[in-house]
Amino acid sequence: MSKALPANLEQIEVNLKKLTNQRTRSSLLGIAILILIFFGGTLVSLEANAGSFGRGIANFFNYPRDLFVDTFEMGWKYWPRVIKYIPELIITLNIALFSTFIGFILAIIFAIFSSRNLIRNKRVIQFTKFLMDVTRSFPTLIIAMVFLYLMGKSSLPAVIAITIHTAGALGKLFTEAIENCDGKPIEGLSSVGATWTQKIRFSVLPQVLPLFLSYGILRLEINVRESTILGFVGAGGIGEMLAALIQWNYGADVLACMFLLVGTIIALDYLSAYWRHKLIGVNQ
Amino acid sequence: MSSNLAIERDNIRKLFPDTFKQARKSRLKGQIIFFLIILYLIIGFFTLDVVDIPKKWKPQNAAMFILDTYAHKDHVTMKWENHDDIKIAFEGNYRSVYGRDNLDKSIPDWFYKNSDNVGNVVEFNNKGKAILYKDKVEIVNFPKYERDFTIKLNSNGKPYLVGSEDLVIEDLKGFRITENRVEFRPTLYERIQVYPKKVEIHRYSIGWKYFWFDFSSPLEPYTFFEALGLTFSNERVVPEMSNLKLFFTEIKDNDAFMHGRVWWAMLETIVMAVLGTMFATVMALPLSFLAAYNVTPIKTLRFMLRRLFDTLRGIDFLIWSLIFLRAFGPGPFTGIFAIGFTDTGTLGKLYSEAIENTEKKQQEGVQSTGANKFLQHRFGIIPQILPIFVSQSLYYLESNTRGAVIIGAMGAGGIGLQFLGALATGNDFENVAYMAILVLAVVIFMDRLSAWLRRILIGSDQLIVR
Repeated sequence: MSKALPANLEQIEVNLKKLTNQRTRSSLLGIAILILIFFGGTLVSLEANAGSFGRGIANFFNYPRDLFVDTFEMGWKYWPRVIKYIPELIITLNIALFSTFIGFILAIIFAIFSSRNLIRNKRVIQFTKFLMDVTRSFPTLIIAMVFLYLMGKSSLPAVIAITIHTAGALGKLFTEAIENCDGKPIEGLSSVGATWTQKIRFSVLPQVLPLFLSYGILRLEINVRESTILGFVGAGGIGEMLAALIQWNYGADVLACMFLLVGTIIALDYLSAYWRHKLIGVNQ
Repeated sequence: MSSNLAIERDNIRKLFPDTFKQARKSRLKGQIIFFLIILYLIIGFFTLDVVDIPKKWKPQNAAMFILDTYAHKDHVTMKWENHDDIKIAFEGNYRSVYGRDNLDKSIPDWFYKNSDNVGNVVEFNNKGKAILYKDKVEIVNFPKYERDFTIKLNSNGKPYLVGSEDLVIEDLKGFRITENRVEFRPTLYERIQVYPKKVEIHRYSIGWKYFWFDFSSPLEPYTFFEALGLTFSNERVVPEMSNLKLFFTEIKDNDAFMHGRVWWAMLETIVMAVLGTMFATVMALPLSFLAAYNVTPIKTLRFMLRRLFDTLRGIDFLIWSLIFLRAFGPGPFTGIFAIGFTDTGTLGKLYSEAIENTEKKQQEGVQSTGANKFLQHRFGIIPQILPIFVSQSLYYLESNTRGAVIIGAMGAGGIGLQFLGALATGNDFENVAYMAILVLAVVIFMDRLSAWLRRILIGSDQLIVR
């Protein structure tokens, strides 16, 4: 045993050196690729950008400063302005909440039909997965623009677009949750002769519902941002108001809308962290 | 059996009354929440005008939109006062007229002289024909129609359907007759309109015509693969440049689908997403160390950094892009910085949480060898969190690609703006479809790429969260 040690050590040395060399080489390669992407991207940006980079940096604070100056000039009259935009904010929140609910329900249906432990038919699983991939990958903006074109200006296109996207995005997460859930309760229910729906109701749903709700709340937060953006292209709510105010150059009002938005998003952020913590105990 | 069970249940109830009370309470809570959700859905249903969907949804518009995304049409126009000069134009574009001398574009074979040598025939894909005479239009041979039709101008110069009094409703299906227009549209693919001044015929065919080479391109007579074959031949199609160069310039400068511009815009969008994510990663890396309690002992600094992350994240990329749009003007820099700033907040928060959740023992092990603080972090923490960092950055790459499309549409350029432009013209729906498919393909590609990279770098394509 003690005789074999030196030879072994040598072998270890050699192996270590080989491994280190290999790691260094792949790290260097990775860094080189990153640098290449960085410079390539910068070249493209410099070529495509309308203004120059240096001037942009110099101008960066101009717009925020203008907004704040406008606001300070108004003094106390400012606060009624902020309150004036709350109804618009409620429209945006309404769009987000409603489409999250509908998308959540659709996502559960998607997830049930694409989970390997619930469905035996491979075709059905593949089809549902494909459907989720497509609905998830389309930017909401593109769906909303097409529906805005077809249906005219209203909040409906935003609702449709966010619902579709939510169904796909949540569906994928839900599928993972269902596939990772404990199989034993399902077996237990099978052993007493439960039907398929009973199995889902009494063994799968109790396991995954807290996780589902947690994902749903997270999605609600994202959807509030999305519905603001869709408002920006004409779906109503505070986004549309903001777009108009920017065009008219009403600095103080722009800042009022921005404050409302940022306040809402931060509040939702904390609220959702709190809820999710309560639901699943960990802060994902 | 069942009575036994019932007795048993009652016994259990008596034994543990509190548990059952609690269960009933929580069930009641669930029912109330369920009721509230249903109530909200009903309210939302009415406040968001979901009831209006059938009213707003115009199937005709949607059908036209969808038709135009996969089909193209040729316009045949004849003015009554100048009936010999019949113009055939692709999509009605005055620059794409068949049979003009300067273009050397021969008349398509579905347009020919009638057997009586007087009328001109437009033959549709379903073998139906419209025959144009100097004083009338004959519609013959349409499937599902028993008889032929003639449309003439009356003494006031208004079009009318000859013998329409004798026609049964069955025959009139497909006609729309108003005072100044007689329109015949049996299916979506054929449309004949007669006006007091002119006759206009739209002939639809399926497919994206001129996808590779546009109407006036010298390579248009060839298919894609024929043209590709030509690049290996010595004979030049045009004397000015080699076939290979011609091949690529013609595809790039395609008038109809604008491949050059669209792909450049796509590249801009990808650059925004990739550089934005890189920027955010580079910014968040050092900041997250400073915001983690097991690395930074100063509480105020940690608190301030946490609030900084919250603010960066809370100011949505919509607002960031508005601010940067003013500074940098339209272009990728706006997108890069908007994505970068927002994600510095997101990634900073996630990274610092990951650092705080690291195993303490490894760091202590390094400490026991007498290493200083820096080395402790380098060898005690970084190896633990590197996979999480990489995984999370790559995960955000995919959603940032979608974000970059949106920022582009709000004015920063890239494929988002091109898409809006194509949609706004109102008749380039094949371009709209092309770009939508392109965006979809790129987003799915980025998704797969990030999953693949995560797999080879970390060994798992799931998002690692600790």
